[in-house]
Amino acid sequence: MTDTFTDVLEAPQPVPPTDDKPRSLKAKADRSDLPFRIGTRTAASGVLAIMLLVGIFLLIQGGQALTADGPIKFLTTQSWEPNSGVFGIAAVILGSIFIALTAIFFAVPLATGTALYISEYAPRQIKQGLITLVDLMAAVPSVVYGLWGLKALQPNILNVSQFIATWFGWIPIFHVDGFDSSDPLSSPTIFTASTFVIGLVVGMMVAPITCSIMREVFTQAPIGEREGALALGATRWGMIRQVVIPFGRGGMIGGTMLGLGRALGETIAVALIVSPIYQIQPQILKSGTSTISALIALRYSESSPFEISALMAAGLALFVLTLIVNFGASLIIARSRSGASSD
Amino acid sequence: MTTAELNPTDEVRRSTGAIRGSDVFGILGAAVAAISLSAWLMTQLEIFQGFLPFVGFAYAFFVVIYGVVTRFDESGMAVRDRLVAVLVHSLAVVLMLALVWVVGFTFFSGFLPLLHLNFFTSDMSSAGPLDPLTRGGILHAIAGTLIMVTIALSISIPLGVATAVYLSEFPGRYSRVIRTVVEAMTALPSIVAGLFIYATVILILGFPRSGFAASLAITVMMLPIIIRSSDVVLRLVPSGLKEASQALGSSRWRTVWHVVLPTARSGLTTAIILGTARGVGETSPVLLTAGITTFFNFNPFSGPMISLPLATYTFVKSPEDNFIARGYGSAAVLMLLVLVLFIVARLIGGRGPGVLSGRQLRRRLQQSRVDDYRFRARELGVAAPSPVAPRPTDPLPRRRRRRVTTGSSS
Repeated sequence: MTDTFTDVLEAPQPVPPTDDKPRSLKAKADRSDLPFRIGTRTAASGVLAIMLLVGIFLLIQGGQALTADGPIKFLTTQSWEPNSGVFGIAAVILGSIFIALTAIFFAVPLATGTALYISEYAPRQIKQGLITLVDLMAAVPSVVYGLWGLKALQPNILNVSQFIATWFGWIPIFHVDGFDSSDPLSSPTIFTASTFVIGLVVGMMVAPITCSIMREVFTQAPIGEREGALALGATRWGMIRQVVIPFGRGGMIGGTMLGLGRALGETIAVALIVSPIYQIQPQILKSGTSTISALIALRYSESSPFEISALMAAGLALFVLTLIVNFGASLIIARSRSGASSD
Repeated sequence: MTTAELNPTDEVRRSTGAIRGSDVFGILGAAVAAISLSAWLMTQLEIFQGFLPFVGFAYAFFVVIYGVVTRFDESGMAVRDRLVAVLVHSLAVVLMLALVWVVGFTFFSGFLPLLHLNFFTSDMSSAGPLDPLTRGGILHAIAGTLIMVTIALSISIPLGVATAVYLSEFPGRYSRVIRTVVEAMTALPSIVAGLFIYATVILILGFPRSGFAASLAITVMMLPIIIRSSDVVLRLVPSGLKEASQALGSSRWRTVWHVVLPTARSGLTTAIILGTARGVGETSPVLLTAGITTFFNFNPFSGPMISLPLATYTFVKSPEDNFIARGYGSAAVLMLLVLVLFIVARLIGGRGPGVLSGRQLRRRLQQSRVDDYRFRARELGVAAPSPVAPRPTDPLPRRRRRRVTTGSSS
């Protein structure tokens, strides 16, 4: 019985493959495509070469200064007097980082709020207008921001600095040496050109860039999941917290890091406001700080060849710093769920 | 149950709007309370002074009071929702206000020099430090900006678009490497771009500072931006269009030239214009490579040249009031230039790939009609008319030298 069934169910012998080799899928390139391929490839290689040369030439030019005292000393010395042989980027690189962190501290909430507003709250009629406005804000030249920060924002923000120093001066980073809150005649100039003021201006510059990346990933949050959350009785904030933000987390982090990279490299707005000192300034409300880019912009003109070499080395440090931040940003964006299409 | 309830005409339409009267009262009440409270703190207790701290305090009080007021008749979840809505709205308003403040401040402060015609028609070589605004102008900076940007664009557009085409047409390991490098370079600090050109062109090759060197620096800065956004735009071109073109037998090059680039034209233009807007406004690469001059210089290859942002920077650093006023004026002109570029970009780039304006559509239809006529003429064996004539009336004017494949006459 069972044998007959198995006989019936036995599969028919497959036809033995005679000469059924997989065909080559390699397309033969059209002759007219060859110049096209070569041409675009040359252009692309040229761009790659330019980008690599930036690093190489900075290294070559900065080499003289880097080898003079050794890279370790270069990284740990605070003062900047290349002609007397005492120079290093410890103060300026920390200044860059402090200012960038202050900028990010202001830019990220602003950017997140605005991106959420545009993608979740704004009426449909004004949405496109708002997107254009934010993009326009990203295109405003940095010298205009610097001018605004120097002449319009700084006079108004000193009160805020004074308030923070008066009431929160016991927190180490808000402490200001030489400021006595009980002295009514104390001059507010002790608060000008501080890390706080410069960071605020730079934050205003990077907020639109961060915002537009965040907005893009927020709007890509799948509509089905949003509606599912709302249908389960979530409030709008509940929906945002459970659907939109988890979906856009990669874009949020990536956008923040791109903003950080931009803030680290910002030059002219900083150079306009800053009153340079070359020692580490941990008090963010106190006047006087410096950044790598401002150092280069302010010192390049009256420099001897050795000083130029030192500036090149400082530029190289800035370049490496921003490259690390940017690579990190693009890695995070690419790995996130929304990253596949958020370029 | 009653007839009145069943009668549809008596039914009151329910409002599905999200705003209720109590919400509005809650917001208004909280706002009044917060403002009064912080005014009291400022004027009576003198905990803080100035406008910005006042706004900050009033805002913090508003959030707290509004939360408490809402808590009276809503659940905790709804309260959190309201508070987040307040927060999000206010953050968006702050960012927009900052933009309005920046733009408004620039134009307001730069208004005075713009009233004098000589501000646009003369350079600063004849104006001393104490001269009034009726002498001297920024013609040299405007010309310098335009020259530098033109040179930078004439290098970066072909190079950038070709690279973007390579990235989207020939995917592979090599193009992935290039894409990664370009993406990382998008945020290349502009001062580093300036330093690079300074190191190569000025220090190693030994050329003096010039407008051309500044253009190269701007190019290095603009290239990644243009490549990146062009790459995104090119990848948005529907693959169906490309496949259709290749299925019809055209080569890759012809597909790119006749299908991909025209389809992505508006997006590409936007990418380029936005890159230009960034390039126009950059100060630091120009600062290192162009030199500073007060003279009108039309030759980018010799002599220093100044650009609008650099002029703004140098004017503002001067102690003289009139120079600072001129600095505001140049900032306003620069802002105006960026605004115009931006508006043009929006006008061109508002449409997606392949979506045409009315004029483009008419032209496309006309072209298609001409093509149709040509094909039909070919089928009938008569010579095709010249393509420039929009609606040929006489189908038999002259023979074409090209061999006609179908029809009896050949």
